[in-house]
Amino acid sequence: MPALELRNVSKLYPGTPPVTALDGVSVEIARGEMVAVVGPSGSGKSTMLHIMGTLDAPTSGAVLIEGLDTSGLDDDALAAIRGRRVGFVFQRFFLLAGTSALDNVANGLLYTGAPRPQRREAAAAALERVGLGARVHHRPNELSGGEMQRVALARALVHEPAFILADEPTGNLDSSGSKAIIELLGSLHGEGRTIIVITHNEEISAAMPRRLRMLDGRLTDDTADRAGAP
Amino acid sequence: MTATADGSEAIPASRLRLAEVVRVGLHALATRRLRAALSALGIAIGIASLVSVLGLSESSRSDLIDQIDALGTNLLTVSPGTGFGAGDASLPQTATSTIGRLPTVEATSAVYAVDAGVYRNDLVPANLTGGISVYATDTRLMETLNGSMAHGSFLSEAQRDYPAAVVGAVAAERLGIRDLETPVRVWLGDRWVNVAGVLDTFALAADLDRAVLIGDRAAEEYYDVDLEPAAIYIRVDRRYLDGTRDLLPATIDPENPEEVEVSRPSDLLEAQAAAESTFTALFLGLGAVALLVGAIGIANVMVIGVMERRGEIGLRRAIGATRAHIRRQFLTEALTLAATGGIAGTLLGVAATYSYSAVQGWRVIIPPVAIGGGIAAAVVIGAVAGIYPAIRAARMSPTEALRSD
Repeated sequence: MPALELRNVSKLYPGTPPVTALDGVSVEIARGEMVAVVGPSGSGKSTMLHIMGTLDAPTSGAVLIEGLDTSGLDDDALAAIRGRRVGFVFQRFFLLAGTSALDNVANGLLYTGAPRPQRREAAAAALERVGLGARVHHRPNELSGGEMQRVALARALVHEPAFILADEPTGNLDSSGSKAIIELLGSLHGEGRTIIVITHNEEISAAMPRRLRMLDGRLTDDTADRAGAP
Repeated sequence: MTATADGSEAIPASRLRLAEVVRVGLHALATRRLRAALSALGIAIGIASLVSVLGLSESSRSDLIDQIDALGTNLLTVSPGTGFGAGDASLPQTATSTIGRLPTVEATSAVYAVDAGVYRNDLVPANLTGGISVYATDTRLMETLNGSMAHGSFLSEAQRDYPAAVVGAVAAERLGIRDLETPVRVWLGDRWVNVAGVLDTFALAADLDRAVLIGDRAAEEYYDVDLEPAAIYIRVDRRYLDGTRDLLPATIDPENPEEVEVSRPSDLLEAQAAAESTFTALFLGLGAVALLVGAIGIANVMVIGVMERRGEIGLRRAIGATRAHIRRQFLTEALTLAATGGIAGTLLGVAATYSYSAVQGWRVIIPPVAIGGGIAAAVVIGAVAGIYPAIRAARMSPTEALRSD
């Protein structure tokens, strides 16, 4: 069963004329894959991110997360799926100011109803994993951009999601910070995690084993370095 | 729980523990302390003014009501009518003894006008009376009026026959009498008269504060005194107060009952108490306006907060928060702001009431409803002020919230 499957997904934004952001996209992403969704701005990348992460529902077609069809689910059910099965990393980090790295990561489990000690324990392990074991009590304003994005990445994997969805994760970082994040994503992939990176950066997408190329809402190219790579 | 189409594992619904609802709600306030404090201050001022207005009016009224209770509401005053057609009415000479025979009368005493002026000494021109009247009275006046002495003693039975004077509180001031440590005399009419005592203020017979009283028999002997009473004070059995009051005019003067005016002095004090509660209502209205402004302040801060924190809202939706969770978070924030303001305001109001009452020498009474109501009002205001921003935050779609600005 794939980690994520899009079946003939279209997204229309109403207006005059209506805008077709996604046009009949079908794709399967297997567990353990690392995929780049790449394309110029306006190609439908952002809509792909929203649809894949169930932040938005398609106009037609189906999104299946680990075989679970999300069509027709209500807002609360989609929130539950995001909270348990999807891990988001954003360009802007979205860390809570005045809150330690540990609690920012623990917030990844906040809406699962897990007790606080358990959330913190998982958060400490996730921070250790991203190499910030020594910085658990630092607040965002005491961390560098690269460190903040690693905290965000730890928050995205603390609940062991079906896949991590990273939207331009290096967009706000300098070259060394970018490099560190890409390496970290690669090493998480090496552990068998499913990772989807949405980017307009060709250099980053070239480093990914599989690339989905978008243009005008359509999937124009799906290339893998090794077919069926785990 | 989400339904599964193909039998894969169901996903449990998002859940936020109650303790976390509070923690999440407080977090934003803790990181924006100055703004939180300022917006809570608005509510605090409103609640403080409400609590102190209620507390102060109650405390000041209690002072007045204590006074009324101490003096008694069963005192009636009979005086010659002053109404239309009454002319220069006077009470019959027999009035006092007639009243004394009524079974519902507990005590009675009368004062008679004495045609004489009273002066500090014999050198003061006769026309400078200082507005002080001279009355003759009997020994029962004090008990009838529940009066008390500031200095000295009231007229004794012996002093009814010899010239001795008791001076009212205001009259004493005007005559320059501070105490009676050394013997004091006043020039009354055409002779020196010893001052036997100085009265405290009569709350129920203010006329007597500006009077000098002498014994009735002495007055008859040494001065020119009216035979008709100027005023009669009557203590009536509380149970028959109204009936006695209605009966009095016809009993005293069967021929001209309209020339007899019966009044109940405590009515005046009660009217004063009622007048003060009108002021209380006015101040309460002002307090309510302050509270409204405070509520608008909270709503304003919350709306701004929702705009500024779109990213946080988007992130929370992305990590599993439902619309209800977002709504609760912002509502908790508004409630916390308002409740903090409410508690601070209540404490402030209580403190203000205590300190002002201490200065005024009042007994402090803070109605429990003011304290409970103050905090409850603040919470309700927080809910009302917070509901629109909270709904707005919850309605925001995750994609809109996450969009970079």
